[in-house]
Amino acid sequence: MSTYTPPQWNNKYVSWFDKRLPAITLMHKHLIVYPTPRNINYWWCFGVASAMALVIMLLTGIFLAMYYVADTRLAFDSVERIMRDVNYGWLLRYLHMNGASLFFILVYIHMFRGLYFGSFKAPREVLWWIGVTILFLMIMTAFMGYVLPWGNMSFWGATVITSLATAIPGIGQPLVEWIWGAHSVDQPTLNRFFAWHYLFPIIIAALAFVHMWALHEVKSGNPLGIDIKGPRDTIPFHPYHTVKDLYFLTIVLIFFSYFVFFSPNFFAEADNYVPANPLLTPPHIVPEWYFLPFYAILRAVDSKLGGVLLMLASILVLYIMPYLDRSPVRSGSFRPLFRWAFWIFVADCLFLGWLGAQLAEEPYITLIRIATVIYFAYFFVVLPLLNKYEKPDPLPDSISEPVTSRA
Amino acid sequence: MADADDTIEILGLTYPRRDFLIYGSVGLGAAGVALVAWPFIDSMNPAADQRALATKKVDISAIEEGQAITVMWQGKPVFIRHRTASDIEEAENTPLSQLKDPQTDAERVKPGHEQWLIVVGICTHLGCIPLGQKPGDPKGDFNGWFCPCHGSHYDTSARARKGPAPRNLAVPPYEFLDDQTIQIG
Repeated sequence: MSTYTPPQWNNKYVSWFDKRLPAITLMHKHLIVYPTPRNINYWWCFGVASAMALVIMLLTGIFLAMYYVADTRLAFDSVERIMRDVNYGWLLRYLHMNGASLFFILVYIHMFRGLYFGSFKAPREVLWWIGVTILFLMIMTAFMGYVLPWGNMSFWGATVITSLATAIPGIGQPLVEWIWGAHSVDQPTLNRFFAWHYLFPIIIAALAFVHMWALHEVKSGNPLGIDIKGPRDTIPFHPYHTVKDLYFLTIVLIFFSYFVFFSPNFFAEADNYVPANPLLTPPHIVPEWYFLPFYAILRAVDSKLGGVLLMLASILVLYIMPYLDRSPVRSGSFRPLFRWAFWIFVADCLFLGWLGAQLAEEPYITLIRIATVIYFAYFFVVLPLLNKYEKPDPLPDSISEPVTSRA
Repeated sequence: MADADDTIEILGLTYPRRDFLIYGSVGLGAAGVALVAWPFIDSMNPAADQRALATKKVDISAIEEGQAITVMWQGKPVFIRHRTASDIEEAENTPLSQLKDPQTDAERVKPGHEQWLIVVGICTHLGCIPLGQKPGDPKGDFNGWFCPCHGSHYDTSARARKGPAPRNLAVPPYEFLDDQTIQIG
């Protein structure tokens, strides 16, 4: 790979500044000439789209926080005031509510892309781990954000999810009271959830930069899953990807706007428009859609601790992906058997999501168990076996070879 | 692929195609950003429930001559003083040349209601509330109000006379609905 030569800045003010803080050279290196594989497709646009979703969440969140009141007696009304009285408050809140769903849709697709094209494999393990950590923080942030409006689903969601900690033998009860700051979900809980809900996105934003730092060190993968071998295999970020990304972001925003403006409560639960009532559990507690697969796994076994551990494992297993899928071929496109396994796995995740929304009764419990076994079997049985027995298709010699040889 | 030197004709004028695309995209993008920015900026303006506090009716029938009351309007204190004949005389006879912010007393009250002085009770220096509403309060050198923060003196027409205050206490928009009731705002 060619080494980077910083440009000479002709403008004397730019040059003066850049000698003291090379921010302009940094942007030139990473946003203008940064080499990207010439063959990456639209699946590689979901990262930048996730970043846009994060920006939407941060911006709308900051403005909502100017009106939101983290007091159990006022929280619900303060959100309704945002909806009714604050100028464009309805827009800010609907952007924020649906923005959470958008963020998860984009990140999940981004991660499935990574699983299919082997984006977690050497040399991108650290990049992948940072990403999984971001997902983990997103899950916690989204959960705490859902508690803030202090609707009845907020309250009971908070009760159920924090009570997962009570599954830990011995310290469970003291731990959950430490998280609550009270003997149940109450004022101190709401107050600290607001503080954390504001803190975590800042950490996510910082990790997003570390994610990009790691990315720019090892460069993007590509659908062929082979390394960049020279300048013939790459194109500069600008204008090719600036324009492509902007185009893709526009499509995403149109999709997002449909929900914000025409179906803003599509992802919402009616029960959360009822103020929190500590004496009345809603008849059917369901988490937001993006938690449903994990929620299904939680209910897969007849054991409190077992369910919690399984649910945690279903996310944590992503960290050890580089050691589970050791096939030297990164891209699923050259792995005939893996492709089948991968799409069954995707279908299984969606099926788990559907199951997570069903009542905890038969036949759903049996189906959840089957789907959970398939979920873990993909990681711990199928991938290791494939590494051993699958014969991958031949790889092209270089990224540019299929293009140049066809011409 | 289109050549960078291609041109495009709009309203009889010829432009390079590349320029048209770049300026068009950037212009449209800037318009979009401005449209998105507005809801965020406007959300910080007073909300509908705050705007609903814009007017306030006050019954002034119980205020005796020489007394004053303070009411809240838009989150601000409003002084309503029932002035005595000597207060009014003093205010009307002050030559404008002695004032920092020259205004006649007639400009600060409603004709036929000269005994009622209604002003926003916020010192024009740095926003403290001047003393002089309660019977025991210091009223300053001009028998009006005295701001304890930095020593501004106001007269019986609430005009700045001494100290750092640059302007007279503001007269809010108000009207007499009848002899006993005013509506501020």
